[in-house]
Amino acid sequence: MRRSLSIVVALVLSVAVTASAQGPGSKTVILSTTTSTQDSGLLDVLLPLFEKQSGYTVKGISVGTGQALALAARGEADVTLAHAPAVEKKYVAEGKMHNRRLVMYNDFLVIGPEADPAKIRGDRSVVAALKKIAQTGARFVSRGDKSGTHVLEQNLWKAADLTPAAPWYIESGQGMGATLGIANDRQAYTLSDRATMLAFSRRLALKPMVEGDKLLLNIYSVMEVNPANGPKVNTAGGKAFADWMLSPETQAVIKTFGVDKYGQPLFVPIAGKKDEDF
Amino acid sequence: MDVLVDGARQAVALLVSGDAEVLSVLWTSLKVSGTATLIALLLGIPAGAALALARFPGRTLVVSAVNTGMGLPPVVVGLFVTILLWRSGPLGALEILYTPTAIVIAQAVIAAPIVTGITLAAVQNVPAAFRLQLVGLGASRTQMVWVVLREARLPMLAAIMAGFGGVISEIGASMMVGGNIKGETRTLTTAMVLETGKGNFDVAIALSILLLVLVFAINWALTAVQQRRR
Repeated sequence: MRRSLSIVVALVLSVAVTASAQGPGSKTVILSTTTSTQDSGLLDVLLPLFEKQSGYTVKGISVGTGQALALAARGEADVTLAHAPAVEKKYVAEGKMHNRRLVMYNDFLVIGPEADPAKIRGDRSVVAALKKIAQTGARFVSRGDKSGTHVLEQNLWKAADLTPAAPWYIESGQGMGATLGIANDRQAYTLSDRATMLAFSRRLALKPMVEGDKLLLNIYSVMEVNPANGPKVNTAGGKAFADWMLSPETQAVIKTFGVDKYGQPLFVPIAGKKDEDF
Repeated sequence: MDVLVDGARQAVALLVSGDAEVLSVLWTSLKVSGTATLIALLLGIPAGAALALARFPGRTLVVSAVNTGMGLPPVVVGLFVTILLWRSGPLGALEILYTPTAIVIAQAVIAAPIVTGITLAAVQNVPAAFRLQLVGLGASRTQMVWVVLREARLPMLAAIMAGFGGVISEIGASMMVGGNIKGETRTLTTAMVLETGKGNFDVAIALSILLLVLVFAINWALTAVQQRRR
């Protein structure tokens, strides 16, 4: 018994030591980002490349855009990749985030049941389509989780001068995949990014209804964290990652990502462009 | 239904092919939850035995707290451990958030009350007369506790099964304190959530089958030991 106890203690210690040896030093970068970058598989392609080329170890923490920025504002991350321009600009204005640069975009679309109860199929204006959904009281599932997708959806309702409410307005409080499942089940409309919709298309009876509106552009930006936000912000590492995201080589990887799986790219790289260009 | 069949088929394929990602996830889960269970045993067995044998004011209160702890929601533990381990938190200097060590800590906190509670029940089930007899035969207090623990060792195997089963299948804490980082803190359960989020239901089902088989195999081995010695 005494021997087995000492084996146990040795095991615990060895795990603790190996774990602390790989703990973050100045060579570790924490990236707070959104679930869509992980769910689309983009992070799993980009992060190992960055690690190999830069020598940094990067920890990608995928949460909603709201939480990703909140973590960065507390100094719990070194760099943020998000897709909610209005919220991002607020953080930049407050000085919490620095050097916001556009990285890529994809687009959102409104999808809904084949029967199309609100008669929005093919509408050019997403705002007009949302107004029709509200007027007919057709079901609409919202993320309701302060994610980039949710923030964009709220802005669209604001643009339509509407306050969506139950019973036809359903808040899932979950990620895009789960929300698509609920919308499919309830025969409801919802707003989805194209990447997640493509990933789920095999299991969805919902059809694209409104797409191509400029308001549906989903723009991703990278921002560096103000070192004043917390005691241990890795400023150099955060900047290295941000710069790397905008390098021509990385932008080329983004440009072709998804083609092998979906037959079309999931993101359009836009390094060097400004908000005004869209 | 076809998705379940696909999942089962994929589970076998993933295991047979020795898929590096699946093996890494499997190993992380085993390593982290195994270590957490060991720590929980080291803390829980002495605590449970002490609570069972000692009599002191407020004991009922402590036992109630342990019983409550047996149902501690992992997501609550995850939240508090995350805040403690934040760079700006009181234990931020350790710099272990988003590492396997952080998950070990959270899971040990989840499993320790389970081990304590079951040890407590097992030791209390050893008849008091037996303890009196030991003391009557001239056993010292340490010797008495040791013999009683040996007597209760079979029911205490249940503590290992419950503790390990609880933490290897828990998701809330692993996700929060580990961050689901590929090759590092991605466990069976967090990988399942990710694959479901990606719409890869067949992979998610394959992983859940792996998890069930793993937990079953471990419980089978422990149960075999428990029942043979009976």
